[in-house]
Amino acid sequence: MRVALFVTCFNDLLFPEVGRAVVTLLRRLGHEVDFPAGQTCCGQLHFNAGYRDQALSLVRRFTRVFAGFDAVVTPSASCAAMVRTHHALLVREAGDGALEAAVGEVAPRVRELSELLVDDLGLTDVGARFPHPVAFHPTCHSIRLLGIGDRPRRLLEAVDGLTLVDLPGADECCGFGGTFAVKNAGTSVAMGTDKVAAVRASGAAVLTSADTSCLMHLGGLLSRAHAPVRVMHLAEILASR
Amino acid sequence: MATLREPVPTFAGTPPFPKAAAAALADRQLRENLRRATTTIRDKRARAVAERDDWEALRLAGAAIKDEVLARLPELLVKLEERVTAAGGAVHWARDAAEANAIVAGIVKDTGATEVVKVKSMATQEIGLNEALAREGIAAWETDLAELIVQLGQDLPSHFLVPAIHRNRSEIRDIFRRRMAAAGRPAPDGLTDEPRALAEAARLHLREKFLRARVAISGANFAIAETGTVIVVESEGNGRMCLTLPETLITVMGIEKLLPRWQDLEVFLQLLPRSSTAERMNPYTSMWTGVTSDDGPQAFHLVLLDNGRSDTLSDPTGRQALRCIKCSACLNVCPVYERTGGAAYGSPYAGPIGAILVPQLRGIARHPVDEQTASLPYASSLCGACFEVCPVRIDIPEVLVHLRGQVVRQRGWRQRTLSQEALLMRSLGLALGEPRRLAAAERLAGLAAGTVARDGWIGRLPLPGLLGAWFRGRDLRAPARMSFRRWWARQRRGTT
Ligand code: SF4
Repeated sequence: MRVALFVTCFNDLLFPEVGRAVVTLLRRLGHEVDFPAGQTCCGQLHFNAGYRDQALSLVRRFTRVFAGFDAVVTPSASCAAMVRTHHALLVREAGDGALEAAVGEVAPRVRELSELLVDDLGLTDVGARFPHPVAFHPTCHSIRLLGIGDRPRRLLEAVDGLTLVDLPGADECCGFGGTFAVKNAGTSVAMGTDKVAAVRASGAAVLTSADTSCLMHLGGLLSRAHAPVRVMHLAEILASR
Repeated sequence: MATLREPVPTFAGTPPFPKAAAAALADRQLRENLRRATTTIRDKRARAVAERDDWEALRLAGAAIKDEVLARLPELLVKLEERVTAAGGAVHWARDAAEANAIVAGIVKDTGATEVVKVKSMATQEIGLNEALAREGIAAWETDLAELIVQLGQDLPSHFLVPAIHRNRSEIRDIFRRRMAAAGRPAPDGLTDEPRALAEAARLHLREKFLRARVAISGANFAIAETGTVIVVESEGNGRMCLTLPETLITVMGIEKLLPRWQDLEVFLQLLPRSSTAERMNPYTSMWTGVTSDDGPQAFHLVLLDNGRSDTLSDPTGRQALRCIKCSACLNVCPVYERTGGAAYGSPYAGPIGAILVPQLRGIARHPVDEQTASLPYASSLCGACFEVCPVRIDIPEVLVHLRGQVVRQRGWRQRTLSQEALLMRSLGLALGEPRRLAAAERLAGLAAGTVARDGWIGRLPLPGLLGAWFRGRDLRAPARMSFRRWWARQRRGTT
């Protein structure tokens, strides 16, 4: 199986350790990944902010760069959702038949990390060890757009030494929301502050999720409050031993 | 006769959403009231819906029937007009708010009445009917308990179903004590904030009005094209009073409220109560077809309101907003609404549905809209909780993003080219358009961040506009010194 890694622009710049963790984890499980150097971004930021033309040209690039792989793994549920649910919509709108066909080939092959592990590789125990209390933030796009259900949770439950703490109101949005975080900063921070209060009350030492975008927002709030909770992507925990 | 003399507040002049929200966010009492109320209704709804194992099938049926209505709207409306007329009612067509208000005021004046009782109705709030009637010297009394609280409190409604959701019971007691006398029967002496006592005070106050009124005004939840029947569902019985006691009944109804067949009610009378009040069946369902001699109102007027609905219908993505049955489930689950309340949306249609419906009713499909309207599609984190609960499966996030596209396209030259957002989006687009440019930008960002970051995070930075907004409550993740792509290239060359 030829697997490509789509690291996402966000992780590339802000959380490169997440990409490294995916590589480490998959190598440990006996799978080599490719990193097509032409990759940049799935277009989510531009699409969600209403800049459809720019989003479309990023979709073009994405589809070209990832053509021909059996699977494309990405450590971002919201980027996976953007590709799988919105790329087709955008190109249909643009009325480009050839591109539509290409998107039809590439987009369905994109897998969020936990989907690749659980569905394609048939694993829940990836041989990780992480002896800490962990709170899991399911993220809206993971559960509502992508529908990855409890896969990340199952992976975390199988990690040696890890205690998954209960997080009340876990399904509620953390308030990041892309440009929402700055265009409606007050509301975004109010939502995040409530989430962070729940995390702090949970007794977790680490907050994890399948998306670093939510983690940057919540991590930024935790950092500002000097809270003793670290944010880590799911991949980093699964790569630990 | 008593009237509320001070001017009634309106939504006019509401600032764009972020600014309007700031006031609500700063009001701790309001936030606490909202949080408590929305989480209670939210949990109850979830339980009521979970009782039905065919809920998804009902949602699909509801969406399909409403889509049929939208596809056949002209034909169905004409049919409705025929049936209502044949049953002794009069049908009026209103292009916009002004026309609708003039029609209603004209009918009331012809009866010689100077006051009307009202059943809670979103359509009449949308057109500002109460204010229009007041200008003609006609007093319009709201009879729904929460609407009464809002009206007496000279307040703005902030929720479809619980317009006074932002008030707690001691605030309500104070409003009754202070204001009931000016509007009719005063509050009883020594009124407490016990719910039972408050309800009794409202009952006594309203009863007087029901028995006196000669004209009633209602909205409609549904109207059946094949029979000409109009339907109002409610919980308090005030609607039943208004719909049966006065001599003249005027119903103002958005043209999308139609259902083709009587049988379609089967679906909607299951979807609506469970979604809105978390009840299996609502307490009062009133249905009438034209007029019945010697029983109930002897004159019935149905005002069919367009007011931007035809424009909305012209947009293939946006038109699904017209499926809405105003159940308010999307408001109750919305994390943004929970924190800002309804007033921040600047119209009676608050919450997620307001954010997609109002810009369309205000004509975004045809022309650029004002700044407040343009801010509405951005009043969402796109979390999707609204879509999940919507009984007619309106994909609200999809429409929000679609409308943002329209806002961006309609911007003037300055905003399109020189605003900070446009510049940011363009430079990001440039960097992301070409991996080599991206690598160079990442390199620069990493170097710059190295000078200000501590433990991987950047603290307060006094930046202007959108960038500064990030730092108001949060630190920023520092761009890494070595991006992933650089690390990858190095380890490939064996130099890590
Ligand atoms: S959009 Fe859907 S959930 Fe919201 S009020 Fe309308 S019908 Fe109810």
